[in-house]
Amino acid sequence: MNKTVIEIRNVDFAYDDILVLKDITLTVEEGNFLGIVGPNGSGKTTLLKLILGLIHPLRGSIRVFGQAPERARPSIGYVPQYAEIDSSFPISVMDVVLMGRLGKAPLIGRYRKIDREMAEEALKEVEIYEIRDNRFGTLSGGQRQRVLMARALVGRPEMLLLDEPTASIDGRVEQDIYELLKRLNEKATIILVSHDLGFISTYVNQVACVNRSLVCNPIEHVTSDVIKACYGGPVHMIKHKCEL
Amino acid sequence: MFEFINVLQNQTFMQNAVIVGLLASVACGVMGTYVVTRRIVFISGGISHTVLGGMGAAYYYGFNPTHGAFVVAIIAALLIGFVSLRYHQHEDTLIGALWAVGMAVGILFIYKTPGYNVDLMSYLFGNILMVKRESILFVACLDLVVISLVIVFYKRFLAVCFDEEYSRLQGVSVESTYLLLLCLVAVTVVMLIQVVGIILVIALLTLPAATARYFAPSLGKMMILASLFGAVFTTSGLVISYKQDIPSGATIIVVAGLAYIIATVIKGLTSRFRSYNKK
Repeated sequence: MNKTVIEIRNVDFAYDDILVLKDITLTVEEGNFLGIVGPNGSGKTTLLKLILGLIHPLRGSIRVFGQAPERARPSIGYVPQYAEIDSSFPISVMDVVLMGRLGKAPLIGRYRKIDREMAEEALKEVEIYEIRDNRFGTLSGGQRQRVLMARALVGRPEMLLLDEPTASIDGRVEQDIYELLKRLNEKATIILVSHDLGFISTYVNQVACVNRSLVCNPIEHVTSDVIKACYGGPVHMIKHKCEL
Repeated sequence: MFEFINVLQNQTFMQNAVIVGLLASVACGVMGTYVVTRRIVFISGGISHTVLGGMGAAYYYGFNPTHGAFVVAIIAALLIGFVSLRYHQHEDTLIGALWAVGMAVGILFIYKTPGYNVDLMSYLFGNILMVKRESILFVACLDLVVISLVIVFYKRFLAVCFDEEYSRLQGVSVESTYLLLLCLVAVTVVMLIQVVGIILVIALLTLPAATARYFAPSLGKMMILASLFGAVFTTSGLVISYKQDIPSGATIIVVAGLAYIIATVIKGLTSRFRSYNKK
């Protein structure tokens, strides 16, 4: 029996008066690779933010590594959607990655040598060490995604949360990123949000379909009926599975 | 040009003007970089215009208007910062209201002050040629405060400006960092009011930084470049205004504006040229 890393019980969440998530129950065990899928606006990102403790549930409880979400943050690496980050901001790749050490570095003054070494290590891990001095805004989508992954890895997290890591990235690069995640999964639990079922089924071992409510299944139990129920109609994942 | 150097050698008022211009450029470049990259131009505008209320009140009660400006600038920064954090949806309306009410209060105080009301124009549009020796010390102290705090909190400011949510996840108090940043903007505004006056402060705060942004690879280099641009704009503006016998504040802003437009055109042409070469 593996250790439970996330335990969500009967959680409701609403923005103002609009109920976004209803009666969500989800358990994630250590070492899992969970894909959270669902149509746009179904509450996937909201679920990630609840796990990070950035927002709080209306009802129900969330435990991460057996603690309140805020207290578990040092063990979590978060990769936001890169499209939401200001690409015109003058900042180097290295400085973005160093942000991952902000919580552990001294309050004032510069980053220490150890912070820089760990940032370099993370850059090597995602294979973008060569572009560490480049400006973040000049990189391609796939490279930016790797920078944000390095930033999440630099804190040596036990769990990685990724929000649409392959949105607006072409297929070839998308596959590279999934291969990288597969490797990272040997050391960390991974939770990945995607609106697109595309490659996901080849890499994840657990799928949660979110559409206000949540249905979670091990990957081998995900049938077209499960998907249909979530999206309210057939989706191309079924076709994709046939190709396998 | 020789004529100007001659005046600079012999006249203390011109020496004071150049020194204050150069000192203010440093804080202007550093804080302008944050204002431009964090996109808080409107918030900074709110702070600077509200300051007239403080200057007017200080003038009316017989204090040094610059000191009144300093106190009100900090209050305005905290108030506007609070509004933008708490009532984000109505941010622009509330700041717009503070902006106008601050100015109106200032005008009423100045109107009610006995004696000449000639100072109103110099508050609004600046009069760098009237700057006194003790102002130099005041501006130098503010410079020191701004620069040392930016050095101390550099990585924190960078993180909060670049990615607020991630900074929060790292355990950084985003709210207090943001308020401190706005206070430093307020301090810089008080310095720049000496140079170009309340109305033109926003242009001097943003134009050197916006110009520097085209050429700077990192935030730190953008600050240095923006400070250099600020120094060049204020000094050359002074030279031109002296020669042509026109208002110095407005001349400085026109010089800065022209430089920004030229830089934008150059940047546009080079990036077009580059993409053409790629094809």
